[in-house]
Amino acid sequence: MAPLISVEDLTIGFGASAPVVDGVSFEIPEGRTLALVGESGSGKTLTCRSILRILPGAAQLRSGKVLLAPENKDLLKISDRDIRDIRGNLISMIFQEPMRSLSPLHGIGDQVSEVLCLHRDAGRRDAKRSVMDMFDRVGFADPERTYRSYPFELSGGMRQRAMIAMAMVARPRLLIADEPTTALDVTTQAQVLGLIKDLQRQTEMSVILVTHDLGVVANMADDVVVMNRGRVMEAGPAAKVLSTPGHGYTRRLIAAAPLIPEVAKPANASGVADPILEMKSLRKTYKLRAGGWRKATSVTACRDINLSLVRGQTLAIVGESGSGKSTCARIALGAEVPDEGSEVWFHGKGADPLPVHDLARTERLRFQRQAQMVFQDPYSSLSPRMRIGATLTEPLEIHGIGDKQTRKEIAAERLKWVGLHKDMLSRYPHAFSGGQRQRLSIARALTLDPQLLICDEPTSALDVSVQDQILDLLEGIRDRMGLSYLFISHDLAVVSRIADEVAVMRQGVIVEQAPPDTLFYDPQHPYTKALIAAQPEPDIARPIDLALVAQGAGAPSSWPEMFRFDGQSAPDLRETSPGHKVRCHA
Amino acid sequence: MIFLRYAVYRLLTMVMTLWVVSILIFVIINLPPGDYLSNQIAELRATGQAEGVAKAEFLRKEYALDKPLWQQYLIWVGFVPGPQGYSGLIQGDFGWSFEFDRPVSEVVGDALWLTVLVNVSAVLFVYIVALPLGVLAAARSKTWVDYSAAFVGYLGLATPNFLLALILFYYGNKYLGLPIGGMMDPSFEGQPMSWAKVQSVLLHLIVPTFVIGTSGAAAMMQRLRANMLDELSKPYVETATAKGLPPARMLTKYPLRMAFNPFVADIGNLLPAMVSGSVLVSVVLGLQTIGPSLLTALKSQDQFLAGFVLMFVALLTLIGTMISDLLLVLLDPRIKYGERAR
Repeated sequence: MAPLISVEDLTIGFGASAPVVDGVSFEIPEGRTLALVGESGSGKTLTCRSILRILPGAAQLRSGKVLLAPENKDLLKISDRDIRDIRGNLISMIFQEPMRSLSPLHGIGDQVSEVLCLHRDAGRRDAKRSVMDMFDRVGFADPERTYRSYPFELSGGMRQRAMIAMAMVARPRLLIADEPTTALDVTTQAQVLGLIKDLQRQTEMSVILVTHDLGVVANMADDVVVMNRGRVMEAGPAAKVLSTPGHGYTRRLIAAAPLIPEVAKPANASGVADPILEMKSLRKTYKLRAGGWRKATSVTACRDINLSLVRGQTLAIVGESGSGKSTCARIALGAEVPDEGSEVWFHGKGADPLPVHDLARTERLRFQRQAQMVFQDPYSSLSPRMRIGATLTEPLEIHGIGDKQTRKEIAAERLKWVGLHKDMLSRYPHAFSGGQRQRLSIARALTLDPQLLICDEPTSALDVSVQDQILDLLEGIRDRMGLSYLFISHDLAVVSRIADEVAVMRQGVIVEQAPPDTLFYDPQHPYTKALIAAQPEPDIARPIDLALVAQGAGAPSSWPEMFRFDGQSAPDLRETSPGHKVRCHA
Repeated sequence: MIFLRYAVYRLLTMVMTLWVVSILIFVIINLPPGDYLSNQIAELRATGQAEGVAKAEFLRKEYALDKPLWQQYLIWVGFVPGPQGYSGLIQGDFGWSFEFDRPVSEVVGDALWLTVLVNVSAVLFVYIVALPLGVLAAARSKTWVDYSAAFVGYLGLATPNFLLALILFYYGNKYLGLPIGGMMDPSFEGQPMSWAKVQSVLLHLIVPTFVIGTSGAAAMMQRLRANMLDELSKPYVETATAKGLPPARMLTKYPLRMAFNPFVADIGNLLPAMVSGSVLVSVVLGLQTIGPSLLTALKSQDQFLAGFVLMFVALLTLIGTMISDLLLVLLDPRIKYGERAR
């Protein structure tokens, strides 16, 4: 098939340094999907942006051609005016962060119909009609209302649908999707990917999908280009590359992709052992303050949470954004005060249980030494103005441990634990990669010799191969030091590796709870099933079952009779078999 | 409809604020020991002019200065009747200026409106100059456009206003024939409004507007540039570019709109800064604004005059803030007045 776009020998660099995209060539056939795969820093984003010439100001195009069929115009050479005619018209683009890629001050309808006004000279009314039609096709239930709404009124998934509508409304021949689902929950991701596929089938456009997730590739792509450090490692049909990868780098990527394991039999129910943390009938209601003419309203972030974390084990809480999982973590750490009647008990080794939310000052300080947190975003959780040494010794200073010399020794030792060298103590965070920074965050959490570590999505901001290493590290440290983890994640595959017990949350309640083996062997709740089904796997023979995802990921009122609930009237969490709890009607 | 409700709500809070401000102003004016009349009486006694003392004592009674402070305050505002019945700020009686020996309303008179005129035109000047320059400096950052805009701006910030005033007067008069000093040609003073008078006032406004507005414009320009640069690195700018928008249209529709919020929010801060900043300039330029009267009133503890001028400035500030708040609500859909979107 004739290529729509051929990229030839593309080289991009910054300043005088070595090129970050080096001699990249590939072709995109008409009507097919090409996946550009690689980790952060591989140059995949720069490559796809150079097609539309949307590059950062400092980037220099050093050589190469981007030829667009049928006239084979070189997109890198044509005038600014000509490339503007192509942008959004023949070639359009969707971006990674739907939260920030739409202007917050302009209506969705305005932003989408602008494309038609620009490229089709459409009148306001005509444009609106086409836009509403497109809104309908991308799955907005009420296009008229969407047209009038603003981005902040929509959820992440809905915003990405609006972005897709914006990219598709002028019927482009090529859609460039730059990590379109990375910022979304798995179930939303599955639906958005399904949507892109549908639209492609209807319009016969070509798609360039930039992603780091081989599971997404397997579900979407016809052809694959694997990039690493600015060079193409391997290219070919998706089926071939994924099943018989030729290059070692591709093999490593595939090996690192987290999978939900096939489980042959459920886990044995374990008796109640020695817990380190207990949460009893936890509930948190946020009150929105009254003011002006505003009435006070309240939102229940989580309720009816009963969990206990066994010493030396990992309890994982899984759920989408807004499910209340982070609130639980913050309450467990004492950073947030739960509603009246909730209890959180911490059992220190050989000490009396402490009520986390009813502590005297000295007890509180003691508790804080024993419970520490690892945060999600390693880029913003380390102070950019403090040297690593200062960051690591600060907790020791606060708790008055040791003198200057011992503190430094402890910091150096913790660095060694996380696989970094003590020479790095005098550096600033910006000198480290994302994975290294997360190692530093872990080292910081470990400085006080805690017994309990609360990990709030510690790997979700990282590349797959790095994620793999961090999980290894966390497991190793847990087993060596006898730590207990409360692990918050939206990713069942990650959780399946590290957890001893999994609680799946949706809309503030736990809908299913079991050891991971039991959960994957016999998921009972429709939402758990949807989560498992939505996990993209790097196997072209096992595509995502969208029907299953759609059923479980909908509102609780749309679930099958047995699980259905509405608002506050959720059924109880019942033990259906030993160690397996499901929220359902009897 | 909701907007109207918010406007009313905002107006009510403004009145409340004004009330609190009136207390503060009254207290501050009365903080220094003594008042204008007791100072005068002491001076008359020392020089042995008994008949003057009698008049001063009469005025003291007349304006209730012999009463305790809190009663003086209530009478001044007009909450309770004074020696002449209800006659306070609320009733439109601004009191007596001891220094000028005339009612305050006569002393300030036209100056009030000229003050508003000078300052509003200065604010307009600030916006008209800062907006294009700030946007241009951001869009062409780190080029000669940016650097020369910054250079002119810092020059404007660094030059003392009165010096700038003198220089502009000299050259403006020499080359352009602009008038020196005053708000209008002396022949129009006290005359009814006419086209010729308006023309004269406008011509006299040019230099003061420039002088008072320059530093504000320079500061505003730099702020806008910084805001714009922040916005330009946001992903939605990329989205707009990827749509194929021409640069100028893209800039004005998206990032400028975002950078505009602090710009609008500044209206409230700009007004008082200008009024107080223009006091010295008004003295130098011989403008008949309330600036010079405020200076004299504060120096001689002429409390009703000072109180009134300060209240007036406070009112201007509050009106400015209210305008910017209302504009923000209209400009930014994320600001939900009334209730929260949930």
